[in-house]
Amino acid sequence: MANITLVQAINLALIQEMERNDSIVLLGEDIGVNGGVFRVTEGLQKRFGGARVFDTPLAESGIIGLSIGMAMGGLHPVPEIQFEGFLGPAYDQICSHAARMRSRTRGAFTVPMTIRIPVGGGIHAPELHSDSPEAIYAHTPGLKVVMPSSPYDAKGLLTSCLREPDPVLFFEPKRIYRAIREEVPEDEYTLPLGVARTVCEGSDLTIVSWGASVVQCMQAIEKSEQSIELIDLRTIYPFDMDAVATSVKKTGRCVVVHEAPLTCGFGSEIAARIMERCFLELEAPVQRVAGYDTTMPYYKMELDYLPDSYRVQRAIEDCLAY
Amino acid sequence: MKDPTVPMSHVATPAVHAASAGASTLPVPPATALHWLRQMHLIREFEVRCMQSYQEKKIGGFCHVYIGQEAIAVGCVAALRPEDPIVLAYRDHGHALARGMTANACMAEMFGRVDGCAKGKGGSMHMFDRPNNLFGGHGIVGAQTPLGAGLAFGTKYEDEVINGGKNSRVTLSFLGDGAVNQGAFSEAMNLSGLFDLPVIFIVENNGYSMGTSIQRGTTMSHDLCIKGRAHGLREATIDGMDVLSVYRDMKELADWCREHSRAAFVNMTCYRFKGHSMSDPRKYRTREEEATHESNDPIINLERALWQAGVFDDAILASILKSVREEVKESIAFASASEVTPDRELYTDVFVEPWGPYPGSSLPAFLGGATNACTFRSTNGKEGLV
Repeated sequence: MANITLVQAINLALIQEMERNDSIVLLGEDIGVNGGVFRVTEGLQKRFGGARVFDTPLAESGIIGLSIGMAMGGLHPVPEIQFEGFLGPAYDQICSHAARMRSRTRGAFTVPMTIRIPVGGGIHAPELHSDSPEAIYAHTPGLKVVMPSSPYDAKGLLTSCLREPDPVLFFEPKRIYRAIREEVPEDEYTLPLGVARTVCEGSDLTIVSWGASVVQCMQAIEKSEQSIELIDLRTIYPFDMDAVATSVKKTGRCVVVHEAPLTCGFGSEIAARIMERCFLELEAPVQRVAGYDTTMPYYKMELDYLPDSYRVQRAIEDCLAY
Repeated sequence: MKDPTVPMSHVATPAVHAASAGASTLPVPPATALHWLRQMHLIREFEVRCMQSYQEKKIGGFCHVYIGQEAIAVGCVAALRPEDPIVLAYRDHGHALARGMTANACMAEMFGRVDGCAKGKGGSMHMFDRPNNLFGGHGIVGAQTPLGAGLAFGTKYEDEVINGGKNSRVTLSFLGDGAVNQGAFSEAMNLSGLFDLPVIFIVENNGYSMGTSIQRGTTMSHDLCIKGRAHGLREATIDGMDVLSVYRDMKELADWCREHSRAAFVNMTCYRFKGHSMSDPRKYRTREEEATHESNDPIINLERALWQAGVFDDAILASILKSVREEVKESIAFASASEVTPDRELYTDVFVEPWGPYPGSSLPAFLGGATNACTFRSTNGKEGLV
């Protein structure tokens, strides 16, 4: 066991899977010589050589398109998109091609590819460097979307992604890249995609969250006197609705928390599914705590935008008082 | 069809080049050159103070400073008319100041204050100045280049179609050498060549796209202008470390593009003295390489030319330095005193209506329809949102 950060856990998962599987190739902007802007791939080029870990030009569309071709040809590319806002130029390649290749070719060709993407706010960056676009990709059939909230989960989930036969967007919440440490096994292990984690058990209310918001939810729960169950979705798509429904049937109340703007955020999907599966058990409408329907602001206003433990607490109180 | 006799390679005008010729004359009036020197010193001082303020945590997020490249913004802006549009990427403070944005508005934006040029909602990468026809710094590499083509289309259309006259403006679309590899830039060059748009794409070629040298990241980097040549653009390679060269060559080129309504590609050679951003460890280049380039300082180069022309002395330099220090110091005081952008501004400028005139739809609800009241706690020490 090692007491490590999320950045180190990802680095470790990459090393272990690359040693196990020659077809894994890393590419992206400044990921080689510099080890990435967040230093997630630090030391990997030295360890595995320039053929397996290489710097690309600033050309996100090309990076993903190249990776799709590599994947269709039998490799497992791991492109890094430096910030989630830079997914824009690559959107066409991801959603029009990677996502649909298995369907388009009726299974003859697949795209085993793990796109690593630092995501979310909390590091004082402006728009396009602080966004949370997970719902856009969850909305696209053919893509798996993963977002860990702890070093242990990051290592296990990424290892699973690197063994996936289909394209995965692996979102790494940069706010907690180095903010939390955790005991993580040095031996390899996997965590299955599509399975949520019950962070803590409770009987009065269920919170559903993912990514860095999980940490805010934990803080809110610590301050609350109520018995609250927290479910970390971990995989946004395919998502573990059984875990959510089982919990909400038990508690009768639910708050969903995420950083992305409220309208059509993934919380909307969770709320709708709860309606379908838990209608008779519900004691209150599902509450959502989310970013606002506005462009992510510059750092002085960042904390006004991001859901924090205080806002989560208010939602808990409102939901319980309903 | 384009006139094949138009020379594709740029030929410099025969104006005396003081720095290289060592002549006693400058290609421009001394007062003009001294004004440029002050602008370059202003940018340098502004950037030094930005770095300092960043370290003091008064500036957050990203901060890409322009130190070493000042001659380009100053020389290019001088070669234009005020009505000529400019659009650029995220290393944008220098261009904004050269174009006439006040240091106060620029610094307040850096500080995230309401008096900033983008209401403090954008920061370092978002310098916009409508009265000065500065159409912004933009944060996505290469994404601003088609905008340059569109701005040129707009001015040409207004001049020729709406007003029935002749094209009178030229757009400058700045990008870094890393952006040359973005698909958007290839599309922009093709459109500009195809439609004969009066736009000049200025590649500020400082040799590095973040941490990747141009040799490692770009094909044909020894002959970068071939990228423009492929789209029928006129081309020029210009020494971006010498403001007199920048002005002379850009003036000639801008006038030509304006006159003929044609597009051009400029390989503006330069070097950024500092890192890509404030968090750049600069592992990709040696300190010796940096020292070599720092000895070719555009400010020193202009000062040398002024000395040789006999129109410069220590007293003039001291007075310039004093005045820019005061101006930048004042901008920091202004920015510090300016109000932190209030949280109600979160929801303005998304649409034309600040709060939405659509009762019954999801829009007017500040909460976007959420049933849980958001807390509006006052992180800024100011009043809440409602």
